[in-house]
Amino acid sequence: MATPLAFRVFEAEMLIYRRTWIGSVFSGFLNPILYLVAMGVGLGSLVDANLPEGLDGVSYLTFLAPGLLVASAMQTGAAEGSWKVLGGIKWMPTWNARLATPVSVHALTLGHIYWSAARVLMVSASFAVVITLFGVTSPLQALGTLIPAMLVGVAMVAATTAYTVRLKTFTGIPVYLRFVVIPMFLLSGVFFPLSQLPGWIHPIAWVTPVYHGVEMARSIALGTTPFIASWISALYLTAWIVVGTALIVRPLRKQLTP
Amino acid sequence: MAETLITAQGLVKKFDDFVAVDGINFEVQRGEAFGFLGPNGAGKTSTMRMIAAVSPISGGSLQVLGLDPMTEGPRLRSRLGVVPQENNLDDEITVYDNLMMYGRYFDLPRAFLKDRISELLEFVQLTDKAHAKVAALSGGMKRRVTIARGLINEPDMFILDEPTTGLDPQARHVLWDRLYRLKQQGVTLIITTHYMDEAEQLCDRLVVMDGGKIVAEGPPRSLIEQHTPRDVVELRFAVGVLETLDGQIEELSDRTEILADRALIYTSDAEKTIALVNERGMEPETVLARRSTLEDVFLRLTGRTLVD
Repeated sequence: MATPLAFRVFEAEMLIYRRTWIGSVFSGFLNPILYLVAMGVGLGSLVDANLPEGLDGVSYLTFLAPGLLVASAMQTGAAEGSWKVLGGIKWMPTWNARLATPVSVHALTLGHIYWSAARVLMVSASFAVVITLFGVTSPLQALGTLIPAMLVGVAMVAATTAYTVRLKTFTGIPVYLRFVVIPMFLLSGVFFPLSQLPGWIHPIAWVTPVYHGVEMARSIALGTTPFIASWISALYLTAWIVVGTALIVRPLRKQLTP
Repeated sequence: MAETLITAQGLVKKFDDFVAVDGINFEVQRGEAFGFLGPNGAGKTSTMRMIAAVSPISGGSLQVLGLDPMTEGPRLRSRLGVVPQENNLDDEITVYDNLMMYGRYFDLPRAFLKDRISELLEFVQLTDKAHAKVAALSGGMKRRVTIARGLINEPDMFILDEPTTGLDPQARHVLWDRLYRLKQQGVTLIITTHYMDEAEQLCDRLVVMDGGKIVAEGPPRSLIEQHTPRDVVELRFAVGVLETLDGQIEELSDRTEILADRALIYTSDAEKTIALVNERGMEPETVLARRSTLEDVFLRLTGRTLVD
């Protein structure tokens, strides 16, 4: 019962999305272009001038691009799991409306995860196209980086949603985005190797999903064969998805069907 | 023998220590328009939510359409239509899309829904608004969309929580007319309201709730006959005058009520009572003789008015 109705929820989200898709497709391409031009090309030329042998053996742009792709998947996941969820249960309680139908809290949760995964895929795919156009990777490698991007994005959706459904007021969301998501974005090896940071930060970075995704994406995009660490990272991210999703159902049921 | 659609016995709903519904018993038969009348906080909405299988029961037993709402929620909900108190349409998409989306949650095929939607929009007189965004509609229109939405699965029972609260008189009458038609088509209606005129117009039978308990039950007319004399004389006085009449109002009849702004005198003969008022030299600003209503029943049973 839950599975087919989860797809009905997915379908509904798609219908709602149709309304805003032009803006979101546009920013899906504009964001990576801006970041890659400013950081990769602009800042990158200074970095490259200082490192004749390259960063990890490649130009700064090449080093940066795969990590940035994963980071944008992470941010998409965080947005879908926070504001989006809060909107559905508080501001325009459309999630309540769904539960008056045969849709169960399980189906609602799964439908939300499926749709958010589709959003992560859209954002990551446009990023991958831009990376290929910048000549950073081959199209096949770009396609490969979608795997860690999806894993990280969906792990973030699940974990963020599990957090959001436990909130009493919305103030927890800006706090989370500022003090959890932005530090992860800046300090998880996207912009520079983790080795540049003091040692005590490393274990914190290892716990975050985004660090694992960045490492995987870089290993795929830079042509190094996926080593055992990538498989461990993939398993670790999958665990985030499964545990995060499982942690959504109970508090969501309490919120929506008290 | 009519078919019983809802059986509630000793039904309880608790939120932590707060008891919202305190052991109520009632039955609803197929084809009935059944009402829950009571002020805000009486436990009406909590009861409705338990019936609609969106809120677990805390005690007692409840059977709806022969199913257990606690364990057979999805199956039960597939046969119910619900109009919640709070508007929860998706404001940013069109009326048509709202209905299509909702119908899909029942796993109904698109082709079927397409016809069903145009039928329902015609019924709620919103055919010309099919492709308007919900945000652009008036409160009354949104309510009608919600009614159309609730009927999309051809429900066995239609549950409406305060269907006309917050609407202007004209919009209320349009809505009542539509609900009356549904009733004539034999749809079982469950309605909560704190408007006695709504309850009198729409309900075949109702329970009066107060503080989580049922304080009276029956058809509106017989509740009125049972609990209050036929007529009421309402006297309004200039500010401050009512307080100076101590005792005099109470002498006019066996049953009187002094409210903040007026005095009610219950009587079997309004004309005689008015004559008595004049005889005693009281000088009310207005005198109104009317039939007793459910409002008076409620006042009698609880000592409070329905709408403060």
